[in-house]
Amino acid sequence: MATGNASADDTPVLEIKDLCLSYFTRAGEIPAVIDFNLTLRQGEAVGLVGESGCGKSTVAMAIMRYLGHNGSIVGGSIRFKGQDMATLSTEEMRQLRGSQIAMIYQEPMAALNPSMTIGEQLIEVPLHHEPGITVDQARERAVDMLANVKLPDPVLVMNSYPHQISGGQQQRVVIAMALLSGPSLLLLDEPTTALDVTVEAGIVELIAEIGKKFGTSMLYISHNLGLILDTCERVCVMYSGEAAEVGPIRDLFENPRHPYTHGLFNCIPTPGRDKHAHPLMPIRGQLPLPHERPPGCNFGPRCDFFEPGRCDVGQIHMQPVDAARGHAIRCARWNEIDWASHEVATKVYEPMEPGEVVLVADEMQKYYPVHDRSLAALIAGRSVRQVKANETLSFEARKGETVAIVGESGCGKSTFAKVLMGLETATGGTLVFNDDDIGDTAVRERTPAQLGSLQMVFQNPNDTLNPSMTIGSQIGRVIRKFGIEADREKIDRRVEKLLDLVKLPRDFALRRPRQLSGGQKQRVGIARAFAGDPAMVVADEPVSALDVSVSAAVTGLLMDIQRRAETTLLFISHDLGVVRYLADRVVVMYLGHIMEQGTTDEVFAPPYHPYTEALLSAVPIADTKVKKKRIILEGALPSVLDPPKGCPFHTRCPRKIGGLCEESPPPIHHTESGHSIACHIPLDELRLVEPVITTAA
Amino acid sequence: MTAETVNASVRRQGRVRGIVTAIGLMRESIVGMIGLSLVVFWVVVALFAPLLAPYSPVANQVSFAVPGAMAPDGGTFWLGTDHLGRDILSRVIWGSRTVLTYAPIATALAYAVGIVMGAMAGYYRGWVDSVMSGFANVILSFPILVLYVVIISTFGASGLNILFAVTFASAPGIMRIVRGLVLDLRNRDYVAAAQTRGESSFYIMFVEILPNARGPLIVDACLRLGYTTITIGVLGFLGLGLPPPDPDWGGMINETRNLLMLAPHMTIVPCLAISSLVLGFNLLADGIREVSLRD
Repeated sequence: MATGNASADDTPVLEIKDLCLSYFTRAGEIPAVIDFNLTLRQGEAVGLVGESGCGKSTVAMAIMRYLGHNGSIVGGSIRFKGQDMATLSTEEMRQLRGSQIAMIYQEPMAALNPSMTIGEQLIEVPLHHEPGITVDQARERAVDMLANVKLPDPVLVMNSYPHQISGGQQQRVVIAMALLSGPSLLLLDEPTTALDVTVEAGIVELIAEIGKKFGTSMLYISHNLGLILDTCERVCVMYSGEAAEVGPIRDLFENPRHPYTHGLFNCIPTPGRDKHAHPLMPIRGQLPLPHERPPGCNFGPRCDFFEPGRCDVGQIHMQPVDAARGHAIRCARWNEIDWASHEVATKVYEPMEPGEVVLVADEMQKYYPVHDRSLAALIAGRSVRQVKANETLSFEARKGETVAIVGESGCGKSTFAKVLMGLETATGGTLVFNDDDIGDTAVRERTPAQLGSLQMVFQNPNDTLNPSMTIGSQIGRVIRKFGIEADREKIDRRVEKLLDLVKLPRDFALRRPRQLSGGQKQRVGIARAFAGDPAMVVADEPVSALDVSVSAAVTGLLMDIQRRAETTLLFISHDLGVVRYLADRVVVMYLGHIMEQGTTDEVFAPPYHPYTEALLSAVPIADTKVKKKRIILEGALPSVLDPPKGCPFHTRCPRKIGGLCEESPPPIHHTESGHSIACHIPLDELRLVEPVITTAA
Repeated sequence: MTAETVNASVRRQGRVRGIVTAIGLMRESIVGMIGLSLVVFWVVVALFAPLLAPYSPVANQVSFAVPGAMAPDGGTFWLGTDHLGRDILSRVIWGSRTVLTYAPIATALAYAVGIVMGAMAGYYRGWVDSVMSGFANVILSFPILVLYVVIISTFGASGLNILFAVTFASAPGIMRIVRGLVLDLRNRDYVAAAQTRGESSFYIMFVEILPNARGPLIVDACLRLGYTTITIGVLGFLGLGLPPPDPDWGGMINETRNLLMLAPHMTIVPCLAISSLVLGFNLLADGIREVSLRD
């Protein structure tokens, strides 16, 4: 867009040259960003991608001069509109921030003051930055801006407090606040990571429009390549403090040259991949710690093209691949690698035949009573209300099968996991596991056999292991508890075997969780879940907190063990990309209801439930060959305390057919193959919907 | 060596190294080191009291001797003598034994009760929590000093009753801290993992949860040792401490305060002793907090 047309003023908005940043700690100087170059022109959006710890946020912090007392710029320069920012005083910097440069963070709630109305906070911006403006003018500007970020009913929002609007609306307010002073540069640090995927889609669309509408330049920081593709024109891939590859988005996505960029794309479950014929290829090894970087190329130890003597000596500099298009790369061997003929040996697996039925949920319900002790509730006779977390769930899972439950936050997927594990008991219906109804059997009433055959992998790697116990004792405890081994020496042997299974060194048994990285902790969590030879493992978002390359490795490992042990895997996730890749069957949930279920192929192709359709279109896909329909859902997720009558999705449904949807719950259409959709629209009509995702040849 | 013994020795090494690094870390906090020195000083004094004290703490010698005065046997009363002619230095040295015996035991007892109550309230929640918290709130709503006076004047002044009184009065405070920590920690995934493998509530509370609450509890214990030291001093001052003639810092202050204008050293010395020990505990607590926050 703006890259091509040379305007009268050709000074870049932001020009970073040979920037080096270090943190000074007890261990000495730790370089966080090394030799970093970036040019951002007017109205241009550049993406900064990389895994955690690669230095992408540090770059943004350096631009804002928020480095903290122990971080400083040790080399190079940052120029804003031609002016060297190092020469600015603290006061000048303060003037610049907010008026010329604005930043948007991950957590919208942390950026808004909870004790002021949104209007008060927005009016402050023009009042502060523009002398002579009246309060009324400022208010008018604020209302206009709220309309610009597509908030319905801006006046109402102005009078609300932050907690009264949803997370997506909060982030829109934060964006409006950033844009109010008309900044030339907008820094966005993972602005949608805390949001649900359908909400994220709306924010991404908005961000993509900002550049066009306001001519604002944007630096978009994200770990998600798909989001970068949707929002930016150029992208910079960072690895361990350095830029690995920079270029126009199409060049880099269609023809990545750096082995790391290549590796990153191979870790992402794009629509063309499946777990049997085209499994993900994780990057081996792990990110080096900042003070343990190897000599030469930082990626060297993990690279398939590593050549001793060239890749591990001296500093490797950025070299132009296509100078005219601005594609550059930091690799000593980039023009020797022939990616077209490069074939990585991948294991190809036979699809598994599912065995007998292991788990049957039949109209299972889970309600939570909420006691309202207010006088008004007493008078109205509604002192106890029910949160219907799970409403008549019916599905089954077979031996060796991977069943995914997908849905956004609050859809009841984790509640179902709790009932299954016995941490909660069902309110109604049955949940039959291995011929026992365990729905209302709490965990302490279950037999050791039932406990052992049903285990769980948790979401948060920092929470899943007990910080004050060694890895070995935590895995060993499971082995002893389920009576697999009793002898201490035999337990130690088995712990070692399990560590081998999850590809961790055996001496990890003596380590404590804080000495492990997130991915390693998750592997231990998997080893612990499989220690008792379970028949079924529930994995609640096991990789959502991990980096792309780590998550590919952990996903691969989980499936590998599952395949070997023929375990049934119940995979709970909000990430449709991962689900499409690894699930055999998919259950789509919304507000406690199952909206659609079927095999993965069935769910990901028409006929869709309108919600599945919206969900599919919302998932960012890091593949330029993929064409997507854009469906942005209006409104916010309704409260579970007060769910809509009729079809739970009718308040946001783009295909709502009228009063019918608001009044009666939708019928469930079944196809011959077992695919079922709960919708008022006839199946034949749903079949006519064109696919959301099409791959160009 | 077999794998088993290697494992065992590595485990032991790990524990020793843990203590060494803990002290090593403490060296980075000046405040913590001052606190630690003060506490260690008084502990050494208490341990070696019979060797360090030049005279008997109870024998009458010369009354109102000023600090540095010559003793009849040719020695020196370094800190003087009190109105009954007892050597103040020896009394302070022996008195440290009293305080350093009762303060830690009382604190430990209060902790034992507070931890059990707090863990149960935080883990079970519901009515267990209501009962425990209600009980704690009732005790905490009394002025503490009145509570002590009531307990000890009812049961009589003795070592055991001091322990009982201090435990009774400080356990509710500890219970509230533990309850808060457990309420937070019980929602961790490793607790859910323990529940799903059928561990008993007792195991989960005391093996899975409590060790992870130790950081704030250690800091609190240090502070509370200081409070208990003051409490024991106060009880001694009110005549509710150990029965005379056992040397007791609080008692020493009480016995001599009427003669403060005449011979101030008799009162000042035990005051300084109490202050320095309490200061030591507080600075140590600050140091631990500072060091633990740094990493």
